[in-house]
Amino acid sequence: MTFFFEVLIGGLLSGVMYSLVALGFVLIYKASGVFNFAQGAMVYFAAITFVGVTEFDISPWIAFPISLIVMVVLGLVVEKVVLRPLVNQPQITLFMVTIGLAFFIEGLAQLMWGANVRGLELGLQDVPLEWVSERWGMSISKFDLAAAGVAAILVTSLALLFNRTRIGRALRAVADDHQAALAVGIPLQQIWGIVWGVAGFVALVAGLLWGSRNGVQFALTFVALKALPVLILGGFESIPGAIVGGLIIGATEKLAEVYIGPMVGGGIEGWFPYMLALVFLLVRPEGLFGEKIIRRV
Amino acid sequence: MFYREAGQFKTNYIDDSAIFPIRQDRIGFAIILLLAFVAVPLFATPYIFSAILIPFLILALAAIGLNILTGYCGQLSLGTAAFMAVGAFASYNFMLRVPGMPILLAFLCGGVMAAGVGIVFGLPSLRIRGFYLAVATLAAQFFIVWCLAKVGWFSNYSSSGVITAQQVEILGYQFRTPASKYLLVLGIVSIMALGAKNLARSNVGRSWMAVRDMDIAAEVIGIRLMPAKLLAFAISSFYAGVAGALYAYMYLGTVEPEAYNLDLSFRILFMIIIGGVGTVLGSFLGSAFIALLPIALSLLVGFLENSIHLSVSKSMTSNLELMTFGGLIIFFLIVEPHGLARLWQIGKEKLRLWPFPH
Repeated sequence: MTFFFEVLIGGLLSGVMYSLVALGFVLIYKASGVFNFAQGAMVYFAAITFVGVTEFDISPWIAFPISLIVMVVLGLVVEKVVLRPLVNQPQITLFMVTIGLAFFIEGLAQLMWGANVRGLELGLQDVPLEWVSERWGMSISKFDLAAAGVAAILVTSLALLFNRTRIGRALRAVADDHQAALAVGIPLQQIWGIVWGVAGFVALVAGLLWGSRNGVQFALTFVALKALPVLILGGFESIPGAIVGGLIIGATEKLAEVYIGPMVGGGIEGWFPYMLALVFLLVRPEGLFGEKIIRRV
Repeated sequence: MFYREAGQFKTNYIDDSAIFPIRQDRIGFAIILLLAFVAVPLFATPYIFSAILIPFLILALAAIGLNILTGYCGQLSLGTAAFMAVGAFASYNFMLRVPGMPILLAFLCGGVMAAGVGIVFGLPSLRIRGFYLAVATLAAQFFIVWCLAKVGWFSNYSSSGVITAQQVEILGYQFRTPASKYLLVLGIVSIMALGAKNLARSNVGRSWMAVRDMDIAAEVIGIRLMPAKLLAFAISSFYAGVAGALYAYMYLGTVEPEAYNLDLSFRILFMIIIGGVGTVLGSFLGSAFIALLPIALSLLVGFLENSIHLSVSKSMTSNLELMTFGGLIIFFLIVEPHGLARLWQIGKEKLRLWPFPH
């Protein structure tokens, strides 16, 4: 039983890491209706920029704002150069453009900083908490707990931003209908700039946490693929959905790998979350917290 | 001046429903076919056949398949490569386990198997829409490829997972040279493209387009959504399956799950977006673009290296290629969101009016 809980908690905590990436998707989707496939590339770009800057003997405390500025500028440039000409295009076109963007950012990141794998030290070690392992005999990673804390702070502040501020209301209006939002006088471009900036920030946080866990490498871009089932499970428009979806995916994925995996030859982590999300969607087609769309002729 | 339909009268229904109603189009198309079937095999080198033309045609076929689903029926799919894999492995197993199986029939059976799998993974489309569906099709992509790699029966318990495809032989003739392979692929692709073009203009195609434009409205006017969507999934997967079998037998020479990864799915999606969603011509244009782009880029880099003695490292070249690829996709989508096929249409309109501005 202890083992079950150990796996469960480990899964939940790694689910938080997925949520962090999913959060970036949700932000942009909520505000612009763009399904931003480049989020994974942005995570990689953020992490490698941070590492690249620290390699010049710059302390992490200065490197963080520098990479934050880089990410925000990247977000603003993307908004200006790529998305502005495509206002009011069908969603599939916007989605495709972000795939192109993902290629571009991946190439740019490796061109600037090289493609070799780097380590990233945040001063947090991936070691089990001692008092937990002494008391209950479970190993729970300190690092994962810290990541969960960061995610909690991030989500709370984003939820507040979206639900309690003027900007948040404007964001939701833009998400609903670009043209209508423009018509009532919401500065569309400014709003999108803000959203892409915030998404860059979330990407940086996710990149630092994932990077210090797995090393900063190209495989970081695949993290985005892990975030997709989280997204559809939680609902594209919901910030709490991203968190709850992440927890569910993380936990079931680890449990399935441990308990079902050996029966079918292992390696089911790659598709199990998708299947889970698929079955789940059959019951609730808009995800857990997604907005129910009423469609009329 | 020369491209004008004045004086061409349609006097019966058959003329009215012709694929190419304008005589100049028919002549142009005949010339293209003649070039493809006669002139190209005479002049092309084996490298051009096996590195450019064969993959171009096969991927164009897969793109037609995806276009049926995404372009005509409006169901976004990210799992095309998985259905190609089903087609390839099914053909392999039919060849392996049924003695005396003709290869063309094996391709056909591969396509039918892929269609069956496509229907199963298309079932969620009855409940799920838009990006939720797109992500759900990723389940097909990962699950099928995993399944083919893990279950030994599919690969005949090969230890490496990479199987050499059987020799392609029709009526005793062995397709060994690139030119003969090219002609076989060209024949299959032409016939299937013609089929797709006709399907799109038929009753079925019109019901797909109604579903694409607004499924509730389509339901109201009496189109049954379930058969329409599932048929789109089936036919799309059939095309993808045949393309997958050709990809394995005619291009790679091996049957392996790794060749049908997510990257290939995305490349096919790019083809239809860049070529033009909802057009058969667009599938070919997009495929040509995606197939030629990396070659053109590497030629350009080589040219730059020779002319101005820029020493570019290998990794830098590949990164620049990645960036140019991404950048061009963005550029094309911004300039012409409806794809190359739309540019072709605009060009045709201009040609009809020429030399007058309107």
